[in-house]
Amino acid sequence: MIVRGLKAVDRRAGGTHPVRFAMRYVFPDHWAFMWGEIALYCFVVLVATGVYLTFWFDPSRHQVVYQGSYVPLRGSEMSQAYRSTVDLSLDNPFGLLMRQTHHWAALVFLAAIVMHLMRIFFTGAFRRPRELNWLIGLVMLMTALLEGFAGYSLPDDLPSGMGLAIAYAVVLSIPVLGGPLGYLFWDGAFPGGNAFESRLYTVHVLAIPALIGALIAVHLAFVVMLRHTQFRGPHRTERNVVGSPMWPGYALRSLSLFLGVAAVLVLLGGLVQINPIWQYGPYEPALATNGAQPDWYLGWLIGALRMMPNWEPNAFGYTVPNPFFGGAGFPALAFGVLFAWPWIERFATGDRAEHHLLDRPYDAPWRTAFGAAFFTWVLVPFVAGSADRVFVGLDIPYEGQILVLRVLWLLLPAVAFGLTLHWMRGVRRREAMRAQQAAS
Amino acid sequence: MSRLLDRRVPADRRVELAVALLLLAAGVLAVGFAVIQLADPDTQLLGLTLGLGALAAATALGIAGRLMVPQETRIEPRPEPVPAAPGEDVADLAAAGSEGISRGRLLAAAGGVAGASVVAAALAPLGSLAPADAGIGSSPWRAGTRLVGEGGEPIAAADVELGTFTTAFPEGADPRELGSPVVLVRLAPGDIHDRPEWAADGLVAYSKICTHAGCAVAMLRYGRFGAHVPRPALVCPCHYSTFDPADAGRVLFGPAGRALPQLPLRLTSDGGLEAAGSMSGPIGPSWWSVRRS
Repeated sequence: MIVRGLKAVDRRAGGTHPVRFAMRYVFPDHWAFMWGEIALYCFVVLVATGVYLTFWFDPSRHQVVYQGSYVPLRGSEMSQAYRSTVDLSLDNPFGLLMRQTHHWAALVFLAAIVMHLMRIFFTGAFRRPRELNWLIGLVMLMTALLEGFAGYSLPDDLPSGMGLAIAYAVVLSIPVLGGPLGYLFWDGAFPGGNAFESRLYTVHVLAIPALIGALIAVHLAFVVMLRHTQFRGPHRTERNVVGSPMWPGYALRSLSLFLGVAAVLVLLGGLVQINPIWQYGPYEPALATNGAQPDWYLGWLIGALRMMPNWEPNAFGYTVPNPFFGGAGFPALAFGVLFAWPWIERFATGDRAEHHLLDRPYDAPWRTAFGAAFFTWVLVPFVAGSADRVFVGLDIPYEGQILVLRVLWLLLPAVAFGLTLHWMRGVRRREAMRAQQAAS
Repeated sequence: MSRLLDRRVPADRRVELAVALLLLAAGVLAVGFAVIQLADPDTQLLGLTLGLGALAAATALGIAGRLMVPQETRIEPRPEPVPAAPGEDVADLAAAGSEGISRGRLLAAAGGVAGASVVAAALAPLGSLAPADAGIGSSPWRAGTRLVGEGGEPIAAADVELGTFTTAFPEGADPRELGSPVVLVRLAPGDIHDRPEWAADGLVAYSKICTHAGCAVAMLRYGRFGAHVPRPALVCPCHYSTFDPADAGRVLFGPAGRALPQLPLRLTSDGGLEAAGSMSGPIGPSWWSVRRS
């Protein structure tokens, strides 16, 4: 019956035979190609669990007095948003499983996107004719970061309010436009007017997910139109693609990966507690807690905010506030470099040819060294983001750590560049010698 | 169309049996999930049954995809860009659409004007999202405003002990406004270096909202960390901006670019506290024209 259904679809698409095309579509298998797929499957889990959460969550800052089942909070004033999140976590049979799975899926989603980005970068898969897909992927990473932050901010618990305060300060720090923009989005001065929570909600459950969904479709359409890239291997050339067809082997293995991803996320959601907001209490602007850590993917930004010396340049009475450098300038520069990279590399190498065969990292030592330097530069602030935990755990003075990290932020990327370049050139030389010996 | 390079048919009955058993296990676990939900909805058990069920199904399909179904390797030519026939290039097609039009520049200019105005008109409602009254950095504190606790109860100066701090709010104002909360700190006599006249009975008050990124300055370090901390300091737990309560809120460490605004204090006749003036500067995070307000 399934086969008859598929045949019916195939016959109703003009002469394009989409089902036949899909069944014979060739995937060049390699374990490193999995990351994008994992990100896609996380997105599916996020949408499924997210839809469930919308049935219970109440996006309102209207203040109420809690009289629910969690005794320590009884009698406290809180927003509907916070109360409905506590209720769905503690009183709904599936609520906590769904919410924790949703949160874990967001963490793995971002991690998979970053791994996929690194795979694409270090194998040169972004080169012509795939520059557009590189750009689309980066836009998806940026929107996924915003999406994760918006989700973390919705429940109006103490750490989520602290995060929003910082976001407000970063928006406020944008030269000229910061104040009006902050007022615009927050519906007034922080902590914001009545409309803020529902704006954040619309962004989180509609605007960004719809955008990401549409971009995924375009991203995959480009992959299919151009076919997959492949590593060098027997029979493989720039003009063909060699691998398993979708049917039967690949479809089963990919479905297996989807179920595996879902299984890991549900097991994490069921067994490993994450963001127990009922323990944190509702947000009040006059409150803050020590040791609150953001979700991992914002660690580089909190670290950059912490590492900046307290510069606040003024000229003619106008100020560039300090959070601008770490919170806006640093990510803008990082993404700017990534967006421009295909053209930077084309300019540097003069290589304008189409590439469908992937580089191994040692095929392009210069690119690999740059990538190592770049990711080191992004990684050092992560350490600063957890310097307070290091102080508490290991008693290394916080101020000293920050002073050292400031120097390392400038120094380590250069070291990483030099070491990686040396290492990759060595590997390439040995590979060339081996190939020569094999030929003789 | 792709060409077959290699095809192996495993045809192993034991693999088929293993796949079938794993699929049955997945079914049993899924039923378990449903039963637990009805009997005792425990998050751990729900996660375990659903997760392990999915894992069993994933293993079944993984084994089936690798070891049960025919393993093919196919080779497919990559679609090649075909040069366009004469007159069929994108540029030619675009140009064909303006055939017979002579006032091209006029139309382009008019189109630009129309486009820009339509976009501006569409953005105008967005502008109305921002409230007209901008008051970033303002605070409700005025000379004579009494300091009260979270519940509106007056604060007695004598209740704030050395080495602790208290959060106070302006009487009658919204405690959730950023300009409202202040920290009250008692300093040892003679410790107050700057603006001693702004202190009342050894107490100084500062805005509780960090001038870096708007978190609450919720920690007081007071002689507890030995050599690390030579003097009392107010610390924000978000990015560890550190302020000196004995020296007009000066920044001691961390990314804050401005001192913590200070509130001048005086004692009331009944031993309470009130503001002797307004905040010494704009409260909360900085913005473009913070030093002009």
